[in-house]
Amino acid sequence: MDILQTLKDLWEGSGFNSFFVDGGWKNLIMIGVACVLLYLGIKKKFEPLLLVGIAFGCLLVNLSYFGPDSADALYHPDLWTNFLDPDSEYYHSYGHILSSGGLLDILYIGVKAGIYPSLIFMGVGAMTDFGPLIANPKSLLLGAAAQMGVFLAFFGAAASGFFTGNQAASIGIIGGADGPTAIFLTTKLAPELLGPIAIAAYSYMALIPMIQPPLMKLLTTEKERKVKMEQNRVVSKTEKIIFPIIVAMFVILLLPSTAPLIGCLMLGNLWRECGVTERLSDTVQNALMNIVTVFLGISVGATTAADSFLNLKTLLIIVLGLTAFCFSTVGGLLVGKLMYVLTGGKVNPLIGSAGVSAVPMAARVSQMEGQKANPSNFLLMHAMGPNVAGVIGSAIAAGFLLTVFS
Amino acid sequence: MNLALLAAQATDSGTKMEIGDAALVAVVGYGVVFLGIVMLMVILYITGSIFKKRDAKAAEAKTETKAAPAPDKDAPAAPGSAGHVKLNGIDEKDAAMIMAIVADKMQTPLNELRFISIKEVE
Repeated sequence: MDILQTLKDLWEGSGFNSFFVDGGWKNLIMIGVACVLLYLGIKKKFEPLLLVGIAFGCLLVNLSYFGPDSADALYHPDLWTNFLDPDSEYYHSYGHILSSGGLLDILYIGVKAGIYPSLIFMGVGAMTDFGPLIANPKSLLLGAAAQMGVFLAFFGAAASGFFTGNQAASIGIIGGADGPTAIFLTTKLAPELLGPIAIAAYSYMALIPMIQPPLMKLLTTEKERKVKMEQNRVVSKTEKIIFPIIVAMFVILLLPSTAPLIGCLMLGNLWRECGVTERLSDTVQNALMNIVTVFLGISVGATTAADSFLNLKTLLIIVLGLTAFCFSTVGGLLVGKLMYVLTGGKVNPLIGSAGVSAVPMAARVSQMEGQKANPSNFLLMHAMGPNVAGVIGSAIAAGFLLTVFS
Repeated sequence: MNLALLAAQATDSGTKMEIGDAALVAVVGYGVVFLGIVMLMVILYITGSIFKKRDAKAAEAKTETKAAPAPDKDAPAAPGSAGHVKLNGIDEKDAAMIMAIVADKMQTPLNELRFISIKEVE
């Protein structure tokens, strides 16, 4: 036995050696990025439930994938390239993924098939009280207005010349401030951009308390921010039960491509409200939500292999994503101001910014800013209406983009 | 406007969109979101008004049911009032003490009990 040759083979087969050959330095940078994301998730508590998983997935893939020869890698981008290539013999072959893929390839099937985002929506539905929205249907308009960023960012991305229509649509949906929707649409239209889009979407959602307040102060007057809103009417149990059935029927008939998201969202909500399926509601809100979050986070993180992540497009996505978030906030605030004028000052325009769907963080920001202007102000329940309307609005926006581009 | 043509062009992953086409898709998309939401809002207003009317009717019926016994002067006293206790061979002070003891033993507030009569047994 040649000890030296064995040691040499061992070194050449190790990841340490891979850092020094064929662009392996990019993996080192991505490991640094993963550590920064872990810091933000753990120390700064930026959407930790998902960001920690995404960051660790990013770490795992960049520790193990150094190109198509990496047989032991946990995730193989080349397998998925073949999966998406109509000329490949493995086109849409999940069997090939199962037989040749690593652990994260197999978990990623749930993302690719749109299972995880839909199940997350089911959990969100089971955790959401649509009462404020039912009590004040006008707040739906704020949820629609806050999709402005989606379409402006889409236009910006398409006009930049760097992205195709499909990619621009996936970038635009970051403005919906809805992680599962962004992942769902991107896996359908531009799976090659999933990593940067998911990271941008969740990072900006976590940064809402920093992004929104300056815009809220810029676009509203002190007098408007001080407005105290009247208490909403009490919504009956029957109304709450009928609501998910009506929304599912109407929205899915309008845009059939929204069926997985809206269908799961409303089923989760029906389980919550109908009063006879408490066990299911509890499971969906807790156990299932946690399990899916584990799989979703780590498999989305796996798409950040250095080769596909470190490029100019990622930087552009981050910039366009921030633009989308800002314009979505602006859209909600402007329609909030319009409602303030039309109702003779009865609507506080601050609730408009909650139209971006990041539930419930955006509503909490409206509440905090309202209380800063007037300590006796209590906007939380009023802001929850636009907030949950934003979930429906972003699903409709995603459904439209999916219909046009798929 | 031909969205089908735009869709066909955009589906080709190698094709970049024209600025005009992108603007058109953005405007139509935003419009579709508003249209869908406004229609949903109308449906919610309709269902909401139906339930509000139903609740109002139910509340009215409840008020009438509650109001009906009020004019009957011969009816027993409402809970919480002193009521009409028939005392046989016992003074009011002792009767009050007995009622308080019974309420305490039953662990029930006094105003939820109704005493018909109290009689001294030899």
